[in-house]
Amino acid sequence: MIINHPLLGPRDSEEFVYLGSADLIKRPNNWEEDASAEDFYQYQYIRENIAGDHRELWYHEQGDQSWLVVTRNTLSHEILNVELAQDVSREIGRGK
Amino acid sequence: MSKTRYSGFKVFKEALTGHKGWEPTWRDAEPKADGYDVVIVGGGGHGLATAYYLAKNHGITNVAVVEKGWIGGGNVGRNTTIIRSNYLLPGNEPFYEFSMKLWENLEQDLNYNAMVSQRGIMNLIHSDAQRDAFIRRGNGMLFADAGCEFIEAKEVKERYPFLDMDNPRFPIKAALAQPRGGTVRHDAVAWGYARGASDLGVDIIQNCEVTGFNIENGKCLGVQTTKGEIKAGRVGVCVAGSSGRVMAKAGIKLPIESHVLQAFVTEGLKPVMDNVITFGAGHFYCSQSDKGGLVFGGDIDGYNTYAQRGNLPVVEDVCSGGMAIMPMIGRARLLRMWGGVMDMSMDGSPFIDSTEIDELFFNGGWCYGGFKATPASGYCYAHLLATNSPHEVATAYKLDRFRRGAMIDEKGVGAQPNLH
Repeated sequence: MIINHPLLGPRDSEEFVYLGSADLIKRPNNWEEDASAEDFYQYQYIRENIAGDHRELWYHEQGDQSWLVVTRNTLSHEILNVELAQDVSREIGRGK
Repeated sequence: MSKTRYSGFKVFKEALTGHKGWEPTWRDAEPKADGYDVVIVGGGGHGLATAYYLAKNHGITNVAVVEKGWIGGGNVGRNTTIIRSNYLLPGNEPFYEFSMKLWENLEQDLNYNAMVSQRGIMNLIHSDAQRDAFIRRGNGMLFADAGCEFIEAKEVKERYPFLDMDNPRFPIKAALAQPRGGTVRHDAVAWGYARGASDLGVDIIQNCEVTGFNIENGKCLGVQTTKGEIKAGRVGVCVAGSSGRVMAKAGIKLPIESHVLQAFVTEGLKPVMDNVITFGAGHFYCSQSDKGGLVFGGDIDGYNTYAQRGNLPVVEDVCSGGMAIMPMIGRARLLRMWGGVMDMSMDGSPFIDSTEIDELFFNGGWCYGGFKATPASGYCYAHLLATNSPHEVATAYKLDRFRRGAMIDEKGVGAQPNLH
């Protein structure tokens, strides 16, 4: 699979480490919000496991060490969109 | 329904009479209008085994197995056929040993040649730390009556001279073997269970995809399929690999990700290895089929997928794992490679449990170890479906174990499914 890195252009997916669903960005926190043990359980263990377009986190370990949010079809492996995870985080009001 | 009993005499008789007396192995059925006591979703090894044990052990014969394709076309036909019960943790080891005991009597029980071959499995050891860990595992196996054998390097070399004992990164220091482990003809497991279940009255309905569940007031009343609605007293989902997709139709999210595992077979060779050899440090496992091909596999590809095919980097990774311990494999040509979709759970262990919906049950999360579990999975799932309580060797396989902090993490890598 070739991942079109927003800054570095097309890169082989072998340069990356896969983490999982991009929902992992939305970690509950209990210092600003009242996150319950149940919220953490859902976050840590329960997955949408989508058959279709899946937003997921890839880490460019053997490149620029950036985290990317890749939208990839889990039935065809086609990569539809690549964003910097930093930008995605900011859009949902997380990160700086 | 007439049951043909297979025997050497029958083969001999048919050979002399032009093979005109063979009958279909199982009865292909269509859904009954008035429904079933139990509908099992998924006609793989586990689903067919469940139907068989429901009928045989619990006398529940008004059962349908619905399968979207043909039976045995999923993971039971895509694995590397290895059976073993060399687990460590108390939640797992008694279950897998129970499975091993069922394998040992499977062919007599089913009157079907599944080519169960207890040729032994040998896990290679490369360091002092690994030696300690494997001795601990061996003790766990002895506790569960599974048996094991510790083999020193000299003997490993004598038995398998083709192994690279002095690999610079992973020199072979010893091995832990389970002589009762081995291989089984995987398709025959599906066919044998299908025949056994069918003979006891179970309807096997192929080309019948479940498109939804009929759920009213938190109770499952049946399934919608491409062959119409099927009423059911109880529904047991058993579709590992597709669990996410199927359970989503009932609105249930799972502690599971779907990943692809690739497997490989070389051209037929003369006999070179009489057992199963696993190289855990590089994640490579290999046996030789009765046709002579070296059957081997390695890691999952590592990203979420429902496609039954993988990518080339893992092919290279698996083959380099093979080259590291048995360099002779480099002389063999790959004949075929294929992929199967795995339910990768959050601790690497499976689920056999009820769900939050009444009369809807779930069996899945087998990661890439489901084949060896087939008989026990069916046996325990049938027990759960018949009695509404877990079988004594499967009490740990609960869906809510992560909520309770009671995970069964053999590998100790936590909630990172692509590392299990």
